[in-house]
Formats: sequence, structure tokens, C-alpha cells
Amino acid sequence: MTTAPTARENAVGTAHTRVEGRDKVTGAARYAGEIPFADLAHGWLVLSTVARGRIRSIDTADVLAMPGVVAVLHHGNAPRVETGYVGMLGVPDPTSAVFQHDRVPHAGWPVALVVADTSEQAREAAEALVVHYEQEPHDVDFTGEHPDAYPVDSHGPAVIEKGDLEAELAASAVVVDAEYTTPEEHHNPMEPHAATARWDGGRLELVDSNQGTFWVASELAKMFSLDPASVRVRSEHVGGGFGSKGLRAHQVAAVMAATELHRPVRVVMTRRQMFSLAGYRSPTRQRLRLGADADGRLRALEHRSLSATSTVHEFIESAAGPARTMYGADAHHTANRLVRLDVPTPTWMRAPGEAPGSFALESAFDELAEKCGLDPIELRARNDPEAGPVSGLPFSGRNLIACFREGARRFGWADRDPRPGLRREGRLLLGTGTAAASFPAGAGPSTAAVTAEADGTYTVRINAADIGTGARTAMTLVAADALRTAPDQVRVRIGDSDLGPAFIAGGSMGTRSWAWAVTIAAEELRERLALGADIPPEGITVRSDSTEAIGALAQKERHSFGAQFAEVAVDPATGEVRVRRMLGIFAAGRIVNPLTARNQFVGGMTWGISMALHEEAVRDRALGSHYGADLAGYHVAAHADVPAIEADWIDDPDPDDPVGIKGIGEIGIVGAAAAIANAVWHATGVRHRDLPIRPDRVLMAGVRA
Amino acid sequence: MAPAPSSTSSDITLNINGEKHTLPVDHRTTLLDALRERLDLTGTKKGCDQGQCGACTVLLDGRRAVSCLQLAVAAEGREITTIEGLADGDRLHPVQQAFLDLDGYQCGYCTPGQICSAIAVIEEHAAGWPSAVTDDVRPEAGPPPLSPEEIRERMSGNLCRCGAYVSIAQAVARAAEAKTGEAAA
Amino acid sequence: MREFAYDRALDVSGALALLDADPDARFLGGGTNLVDLMKTGVERPARLVDVRELPLDDIEVTPDGGLRIGATVTNSDLAAHPEVRRRYPALAQAVLAGASGQLRNMATVGGNLLQRTRCGYFADVTKPCNKRVPGSGCPAIEGEHHNHAILGASEHCVATHPSDMGVALTAFDAVVSYRTADGSAGAPRGGELPLADFYLPVGDTPHRETALPPGALITGVTLPPAPVAAHSRYRKVRERASYAFAIGSIAAALDVRDGAVREVRLAFGAVASRPWRATAAERVLTGAPADAETFAAAADAELAAAKPLPHNAYKVTLMRNLVVAVLTELAEEAAR
Repeated sequence: MTTAPTARENAVGTAHTRVEGRDKVTGAARYAGEIPFADLAHGWLVLSTVARGRIRSIDTADVLAMPGVVAVLHHGNAPRVETGYVGMLGVPDPTSAVFQHDRVPHAGWPVALVVADTSEQAREAAEALVVHYEQEPHDVDFTGEHPDAYPVDSHGPAVIEKGDLEAELAASAVVVDAEYTTPEEHHNPMEPHAATARWDGGRLELVDSNQGTFWVASELAKMFSLDPASVRVRSEHVGGGFGSKGLRAHQVAAVMAATELHRPVRVVMTRRQMFSLAGYRSPTRQRLRLGADADGRLRALEHRSLSATSTVHEFIESAAGPARTMYGADAHHTANRLVRLDVPTPTWMRAPGEAPGSFALESAFDELAEKCGLDPIELRARNDPEAGPVSGLPFSGRNLIACFREGARRFGWADRDPRPGLRREGRLLLGTGTAAASFPAGAGPSTAAVTAEADGTYTVRINAADIGTGARTAMTLVAADALRTAPDQVRVRIGDSDLGPAFIAGGSMGTRSWAWAVTIAAEELRERLALGADIPPEGITVRSDSTEAIGALAQKERHSFGAQFAEVAVDPATGEVRVRRMLGIFAAGRIVNPLTARNQFVGGMTWGISMALHEEAVRDRALGSHYGADLAGYHVAAHADVPAIEADWIDDPDPDDPVGIKGIGEIGIVGAAAAIANAVWHATGVRHRDLPIRPDRVLMAGVRA
Repeated sequence: MAPAPSSTSSDITLNINGEKHTLPVDHRTTLLDALRERLDLTGTKKGCDQGQCGACTVLLDGRRAVSCLQLAVAAEGREITTIEGLADGDRLHPVQQAFLDLDGYQCGYCTPGQICSAIAVIEEHAAGWPSAVTDDVRPEAGPPPLSPEEIRERMSGNLCRCGAYVSIAQAVARAAEAKTGEAAA
Repeated sequence: MREFAYDRALDVSGALALLDADPDARFLGGGTNLVDLMKTGVERPARLVDVRELPLDDIEVTPDGGLRIGATVTNSDLAAHPEVRRRYPALAQAVLAGASGQLRNMATVGGNLLQRTRCGYFADVTKPCNKRVPGSGCPAIEGEHHNHAILGASEHCVATHPSDMGVALTAFDAVVSYRTADGSAGAPRGGELPLADFYLPVGDTPHRETALPPGALITGVTLPPAPVAAHSRYRKVRERASYAFAIGSIAAALDVRDGAVREVRLAFGAVASRPWRATAAERVLTGAPADAETFAAAADAELAAAKPLPHNAYKVTLMRNLVVAVLTELAEEAAR
């Protein structure tokens, strides 16, 4: 840490380099697939090549005779596991419970694990394994009509209808009625999912890359019917997760193989396999109907979203959710519906619901502003609700318009001519756009232990997961403040299920949840130390559990908010869109570490660029499987796509959180794609309602001044 | 190195970070896997194993290369530098220090590749190499300044899914400036 | 990946002999395409003959003012070479537009010409593909093809050639030199193929890609002198700003005298199974006024033969716009 203050005051709010930074820049930080084990065997997953059907037979004999091959696990010989339980985040996706039956519900379904002494041997044997299928007709077409789509509740009810929508639309002076689509998107963390399982003295140990070791350990214990205390999962450094790193097929397969073979087994997904096994964001089709008076006041808001899931598990991308927070209307209808297809199960992906939902909602708002002849920021100010538009609950803090005002000032919004298609720079057309962002602010129960060591330093044990968020550093700062000490006196241990239950790195809730538990324990420890007790050699440890405190929180609308601004350049001759600059101003609670927080906001906004312009997984309808499932076929933004992005925040501490935190992990992407799409309209005069805004789409849509 | 004509493995000696390592390798073993699985040099990362992400970037004879598409057996005789070979004892390489100070990463998994690549970018630019965004590639035009646009283009072979590009580019710029300052002094 | 033998060749005849001895052998250059294809199972050689260290890594100016480029010259060295940048700037730009700094350091000139299509059906052994498994079908035609060919394709294959370098080389009439082992006497034979004849028409044999004799080793590429090439440009359009294959690209060189086109070179990338020399467009342009109208007419003449599929028709517009934009830029530069 280069900027650690010597005085104890306010470590929180001061920029600190990462405590594990040196390990990360020297290559010393070891990730899940990098811990050596004696007698390690390598497992390679074999995935189905058909999109629906049944496994008729698997020719294992030839493969078992190949050099180094020690086992082939499949539905005919794998241990049975339990899937009828309710885990920390609901019922498990049976996709992770591998090799339990002969059904194939989608292309890329795990059908076998080949285990060999080296990874080269395992790979070749896995490729050589012949699996015979009884193929059945499949349906992977999301774009078609789906009369069988049905509503599914997730965090809130699937459908909420308030007021008479048709009457209010009819009475509106201005109506926007448009359909927006977002494609299938994949997390693609840089570190592929990797797990090594072994039995050690009667305990199952898993070295893994995940977003919550206690979560994964408890799922494994339930699935393998083990005493929870006999499962230990470690995950010290995690190379990105974004929602994809929970319990998945590779961990279960590794545990099965280690159990059968009595030796450590590592299973690492290939990048291509990740497209079938790691979860993804469902494509969405969203219809927005907005009705307003001539002055822009909303009378009607309808947001209907359709997403897809597999035939084996329900997961809904609730894109119609954000409207329930953002804007009030006399008639307010939102609905999230789901269709079942022969595809893998989607999962949470950075800002689930909010990311695609905000694209549609905030694009539609821009269209409404255009029709009303109003500045888009003014339109949002006129519709900024006093209380939850649907719930009626008070906001714990809603500084959305303050974000817009500050952003507008810094972005130079006041000079903007709202008319589209007017600004040229050589062959390029320039435009600017804006959009609002919000994301729920929550906290999950966690436990922590803080120890005053005999040497005067402190050890914090909190089962956080640092997936790139800077959690280790944030907990160091939070603990230092609560203990009234300097950060360099605090050591933080994370990423080990033996540390006890704690919330996952997810839902933008990690830092807040862990900080809460750490603060309780640290403050109590400080009070105890203030009594002047001698510290014994083993130290003095105080443990905490935030369950009760979190349960006592009053019901409120709790969210982070933000305002996104983007400038784009469009080449009308080629359809290329480049983002020139972006600015995001956020009201997202107290910022623990400005250095890492800025990076995280900017990272979210970079995801917004990627979502707006690049990302799209393509599925071949006839074959039912992906086309180009790799990082050359699935484009994420590269360095050259990302300009100078600025992110900043306004003072917005959460009054009900002991540290004032709200959560910042996801809001950066929310609204970002809409701001870019709105800027493309401003540049070209054409609305792009289908993501990504590819060159071919821009080229063929042309320019309308 | 002289494998038997039809052998599918060889005993090779790899020169890594100035140290010689002799090991038998299956010819299928990539330099990346040899580093990670055989030599316990796990700082070089496997992101895609297909040359599509840059996480496995190392320096081969001083030039950046993706080690996932480099067969280990074909790397014999070449000078290999990995992330573990950059610091001078406790003193970080200036590029490493800039990444640390400016938070040029998040999860850290693409970081060793970004750092190795950045070192090469600074060298390539110093050698006068143009890039795809260089306006005039003719030698008479002289080398382009290492602008943010040049840095971004030249670093584009290293994906960062956390989206830390902005701070990575700043770190590369800072390290390049430090080097130029050093050369001028 | 199947197990394989590995030999490092130190001279050309040795390399040819090693390859000749094993029908399942392949030459290994930089490996940036071959090793990837071996990992995905598309290529399954029993032997690799490593030719990276062959003494074919020179770039020299020929007596007539052209360039001779050795086959193992890396893409980086090609793009950085002062004579390439001076005499054929579009070639340097094309190479720099390809792949990434890392890959350009590894990839060789010979390997670049022989790289395989990036069609996602070809690269996935679980899917049919006539190029990989003749007769298995081409799912791209009814499936995903928004980045497939609009020119010179057939009902059997609509894949494109991914090279950027090859597009510039095609525009500049490059000639490929190769050697083959003589089966009986053992002395290597030489041969030359103009790049225009190097890639075979797709027809019903998309798996047969080049006119190289079996077992041939590319030893170099010769660029004839072309003063017009000093006024040249490569423009690549792709779906992200860098580190992506083209959806359309163009190499163009233009010499304008007194407002008329005196000489022009034009080649397209990412539209056909090979780098596409736009000869029809060149015919329209030569001698005609150097204005946007002519440029558009020239593009239309070339693209009249285009047979777009439902999702790649935009390429016709894209290529037309690129022709007009790049030739206009070159004409404006010439006027300055």
C-alpha cells in the first residue's frame, strides 16, 4: 500500500492500492488451477454434440486403453448425487449434477469425464471418446412466436399491474411503442472455471475458482450427502466471475473422480466448454409502451420482457424489473415471462435484469424525450418519483437527478443540440447520449472473526471472495477504521469455507455484507480492548453474525443510482461505431476505496460498450449448438474499443448501513448500452433497438437527418 | 535436441528467466503448459488456449508471443522471459510498479500477460515500429508518438474482461514516460 | 490432440525430405493457426517439421526495385521493414491490421498465406463442413453466414480467406516461390505461382485450397516493382476496433495524372475464399476520371458478380462504400 495513512482516521474513502497487488503483478498470486498436488490426475469433460435426445451408448473400452487414461465417468458408472434440496440461492440447476441419467437436454451437455495422468492425454482421449446418441428434434429458436411463454417470479412478482394501461395510453398526448432485443451474452471471465478435488483425512477438499466458498461447499455437501463440516472449499484468487462462478459441472465431476480414483483430480473448462457449462445471460425480447402528457409526465408505462431458459431448470432474466424502481406512471405494468428451449440454463450475469432491461427502458425514454421535444435529462427529472413507483415505500436515498446534474455539467451537456444527424467530423457522424442507471442495494447475512494478536496487529477472518473487486483491500480498510488502527496493522483472510458462512460476491452485495459483519466484530473487539485486558499469545477473538442486524432493516426502496453519458463516432460508409468518451456519475453509497471503486465503475461501463457494440453468442438453429463459441467468435471489447472513460460519484452514504455502503459492482453496466445507443441515434438519426449495434446493422439502417 | 525419428516426446532444455530447465516433454505440450504444469511457473495464465486472449503472453527472444500456441519442443534454444523473471529481486519492473500504483487490473488473471505485452509495446515503439493506427507508416514519416490511441491499439491483443483497460493504458503510458525520461537523463 | 513426431529442419532440402517421408506430416511455421487447429481437432498431423529456423528470413530489394520476402519472415518484421513501408505501405498496413502484436511476432509470411478459414463451422469438428469433411454439407448457407463470402463462393462452401496480408499481396501481383522434393533423385525442385493463381476456385472441392504441389514448401514471396504501390492504403472493417478478423477490407493503390486514373490496384478481403483481386473494377477505373462517380461505377462493376446470402448482403454495400472512400482518399492525397 503506497498511500496508507499513518493516522488511523478514515482509511475508508482514501485510495489504497490492492493488498495482494504485488502478488498479482509478479505472477505470485495462484489461482485455482495452479496449486500443485502430488499424483494429480486431469479430467476432461466430454460434451454432447446433439441438442436433444438420449445417450444410447458410450464406447469406453478403446479410450480406457489409451496411454495414461485412468477412468471414464458417465451416467452408467458415476456416483448418484442428490438434487432435491434447496440451497443458499434456491434449488440447484441439475446441469451441475452430472452423469445422473441418459437424457441430453441441450448441446454441450456433459456426458462423460475422461481422466488421465496428463492433460494432453486426457484431451486426446476425450476427443476420441465415441458417444452414440438417439437424437430428437430440438427447438432453440428464441426469435419465433412463443405462445407457451409463462410468467415466473424471481426477486419480485413476475407480473405487477397497476392502473388501466389502455385507458392511460389512449389519453396520452405522446406514445412510444417499441420492441427491443438483446442477444445471448456470456460472462467469459478471463480465468476459466477450474477445480481440483481431493480427499484428505476424511475431508473433501476443493481448490476452486468461485464467488463464495461457503456457498459452493454447502452445495457440494448437500449434493454428495456429506456432513457440511467435512467439506472444505478454498478459492484464494479468482480470475473474474460476473455471476458465472457458482456450483457448476466441473466441480461435481472433479469430486466424483477424486472419490472414485482416490487421488486428486483437476477439471478445467476449456474456453469453448464455458459457452455451454458456465451459464450465460438469456437473450431478451422487450416491449415498451410509454404514454405521456405533452409536458412529458408519464401516464402509462408498460414493460414486458421475454427470456429463455433450459428444459431442466428455471432461470428468468427479469428485464422488466428496473421500471418498478425508476419511474412512476398512473398505469404501471411490468411482466417477466419465460420460454423453455433446448438450450443450457442461463444464470446471473453482471446486473441480471437491469442490464438488458435498462437498455430497453432507457432507450424508450430517449425516444419519448425526442417525441416530447424535451431534453432527456429534463424528462427524467419530471418523472422522478418521491417513493417507490410500485411499492410506495420510501427510498433509502435517491440521488438520480443529482447524478444527472453533475454529469451534465462535466460532460458539457448544456451545449448539446438535440437534433440528430448534424455533427460531422470528416467522414464521421458524432452524437451524444445519456441514460439512467439503478441497481438494488442489499446485504446478506455473514459471519466474521476479528482477532487482536499479541504483537499488536489484527487478523480479520471473513469468508469474502475477491473476484477482482478489491474485497481484501476493502475489508482491510473497513476493519482498520472500526479498530481505529492503520490498515497495515490489519491482515485479512478470505476465500476459505472453513472461515464460516458469509454472503457471496454477487448482487453487488459482497462488500456491504462482509463489511457489516467485520464492523460488528471489530467494534466489539475495540470495546473489549479499551477495557485494557492483556492479550494472550493466542490473541483475543471476537466473532460476529450480521443476520439479526440485517433482518431488522426497515422495508425501503434501497438502490444505487447513476447517470451515464456517452459520445460516439459513426462511420456511415462502413457502419463502424466507436465510443469517443464516457462519463458515469453514481450515487452508490459510501465509497470504501476510491482507487478500486473507480476501476470497478469504469469496468462496468466498459461492459456497457461491449454489450452495446460487440457481444453476441450465435446459435445455429438447425444444429442447436453455438457458432464460433470462442473469444475470436464472441467479441468482448478490446483495448482499442475503450476510450478514456471517467467515473465519479456524489456523496450518498446509506443511512442504514454501519459503514454507509450500498454496492458498486454492477451499476456501471446499467444504462451504459442505452446511453451509447441513444448517442448512435443522435449521430445518425436512426434508432437501433437490437443489440449489438453491429456495423452491418448501422450500414443497412443508414442515416436519417 | 535429437528425438528419435518417430518419437512423440523429447528431452528438451528451456532457457527461462536466465535459468536452464531440462525436462522430457510430450510434443503436444505447449510452452504454456510446460511452464504451468511442469515447471511450476504459474504466473503465465491460460485464458483461452487458442491465441484469442493474450493472457499467456511471454517474451521469446525479447519479443512478445502467446505461449499457448508455442509448442514447448519448438521453444528450445530460445530465451524465454515470463512474469516471474521481470522484477529485480524486491524491486518491481517499472511496468509492474505502474500497474500496481494505478490499479491496472482487477481480478489479476490477465495481468501477467498485459505486463509482458506492455514491456514489448514500449520496446517496439522505441524501435520505430508503426501500428494499425499510425497515420503514415512510411519510414520518412518518423515514429508516431506513443499516444493513448497507439497504446490501446498495440495492447489490443490482451483482453481484460474486468474492463480495466483505462487504468492499464494509463499504467503503460506512465511506464513508457518513465523510460523515455530515463533515456533522456 | 493426437501425438506427433517433431523435427526441426535446418535447411530446405532437409525439410522437404522430412515431409516427403511422412504423408501425415505438416510444416510448422509460427504455429499460430496450425497449433490452434490441432487443439480443436481440425488438423491431426502425425509429424511436424519445424521450418521456422530455415534461412528464409530475409527481405531484400530486387535489382528491378521489387521486393523478395523470405517465407519465414515474421509478420512483425515484414510490417516494420523500411522498404515495405516505403514501397508498399498498404502491405505494412494490412499486416498491422491483422491479429495482435503477439501473433504477428510469431506468424510467418508462408504460414499466413496457408492459414485456414475462420468459418465457425470449419473450426468445430462436431459440425458438418465440406472443407473439413468433403460431402458433409455446408451449414453456413442456411445458418450463420453474416461474415461469409459474397464473391466466388459455391453451393458447397461460402467460407472466406481470413488473411489481411494476402489482400495487399494480391493487389501488388505477388508471386509465391516454392520448392518440392524430387521423389526419385532427391534434389529439390523449384516453382513459382502468381498469387492470382495460388488459391483454387471453390467449386465442388472446397477442401482443395491451393495450387501448391503436394509436399511443397513456400520459400518466399516476390513483389514486382510497382511505383503505384507507394500511394497505397489498406482499410479494414471489423466488429471491434482491433484484434478481430475483417468483415470487409480493401487494399488500394492509385496513380492519378491530370485528373485521370493512370494506374490502379484494387483487392478485397473477407469477401471470398481467397484475397479477391478486383480486376473488373480496375478495368473501369484505368484511364477514367478520378472521381467518386467513377469509383462507384468501378465498385459496381466488380460487385455485379456478388451473390450475397440473406445475412451478408450488407457486404456489397460495405465494399462499394470502401472502394469509393479509399480511392477518394488516395485521389485527394495525390492532388495535394
